[in-house]
Amino acid sequence: MSVWIAIGVTAVGCYLAKLLGLSVPAGVLERPVAKRLAALVPVALLAALTAQQTFADEVRLVLDARAAGVAAAAVALLLRAPFLAVVAAAVLVTAGVRALA
Amino acid sequence: MCGPSVARMPHQTDDGSAVPRGRCGAAPAGDGAPRDEHDKAPGPAGNAGNTGNAGNAGDTVPADARGDVACTETASREEFPADGASAADARAERARQTGPRAAADRAVARDALGVGVAVGLSGFAFGVTAAGAGITVAQACALSLFVFTGASQFALVGALAAGGNPLTAAAGAFFLGVRNAFYGLRLSALLRLPGTVRPVAAHWVIDETSLVTLAQPDTRRARLGFTVTGASLFALWNLTTLLGALGAEALGDTEAWGLDAAGPAVFLALLAPMLRERVERAAALLAVVAALALLPVLPAGVPVLVAALAAPVALFALGRSAAPGNDAGPAGGRTDDEASAGPAGGDESEEER
Repeated sequence: MSVWIAIGVTAVGCYLAKLLGLSVPAGVLERPVAKRLAALVPVALLAALTAQQTFADEVRLVLDARAAGVAAAAVALLLRAPFLAVVAAAVLVTAGVRALA
Repeated sequence: MCGPSVARMPHQTDDGSAVPRGRCGAAPAGDGAPRDEHDKAPGPAGNAGNTGNAGNAGDTVPADARGDVACTETASREEFPADGASAADARAERARQTGPRAAADRAVARDALGVGVAVGLSGFAFGVTAAGAGITVAQACALSLFVFTGASQFALVGALAAGGNPLTAAAGAFFLGVRNAFYGLRLSALLRLPGTVRPVAAHWVIDETSLVTLAQPDTRRARLGFTVTGASLFALWNLTTLLGALGAEALGDTEAWGLDAAGPAVFLALLAPMLRERVERAAALLAVVAALALLPVLPAGVPVLVAALAAPVALFALGRSAAPGNDAGPAGGRTDDEASAGPAGGDESEEER
């Protein structure tokens, strides 16, 4: 049930954010600081999420096969691989390291 | 949504062709109209049999104006915006030379469809990740149908899988979705939607639709690009979410297949093109340190929210002087900067590249 609550809250919140942007008169949120912050918050969130989902096991930090997989994804990104290839690299390397371990 | 496949930030070409022609004073009356109109009724020196002229705008300059040095220069200068523009614009330009506006429309639709299909297929990754996070197939499909903004969806299932409070998880997903409001601000001026359509169109305001739409030179093509990208992406994203979730369920233990690495890989792929400037890298590094350091001491999901404070901290520490020139946003282009970004060494260093 709590999952459905989270889905509902996220859906409503994200939709209202989209609608707000289309509806408010131009210029209201166009202040440079607001725009910079709007671009920077996703950077911080994504970086935090990447780190946490790579190194977190419940509330502990661990170094396991996921780190190898995400490192492979980083290499794929540096090689300009397409999106799905980046994800595939992470999955395959993680599975491979687990199979060998 | 899953921006990285949109390889380059489209530059909005300045459709100023009417100005120089007006200055030359030799253009037929109809020629001063915006391109939208011009496509409907090409001027006398327009499209017919003028293939020898390579210029994008030059072919519409009347023959009697060609001798005018100033005008020729202006016409050739007009080629530069198109040279630097996205493939979409270039193709639209070519199509405009060879045919009526239907050809330009086809070019817009083709590019929009390419983005929609490429990114729509990424729903597989989401469906698989959601199933691996313990989300049911119905919940994964509901997320893709009703949230429909990829980073937020991945964040939500990741936070729930980590045992986060549902409201904390939703807050993180919501903050990621706030950037769509800033896309909407820029789109509304271009799309000029009637009030009745706006609530429906709003659901499709995401990274990819915004990038395709903002690359279009006029309202009609912007609407076309927005609609085709939105429709194809929405249809495919939801279909592949379902298939990915079903497929992952059939696989059983998703961790044995390494599928728990799909989530962080997606985040990294979304993050990489954003790390263009010092401020972005500083914010990312600070957020990584905060999220990992706070993980053992704060409830699940909260460290990520606290890590979001790295954005204002980085901005006020060193970012205010930086030019906000990349405001088209998170799903922008990949740059060479990635290769040199980030401090080397340490286990987390791959997050920073």
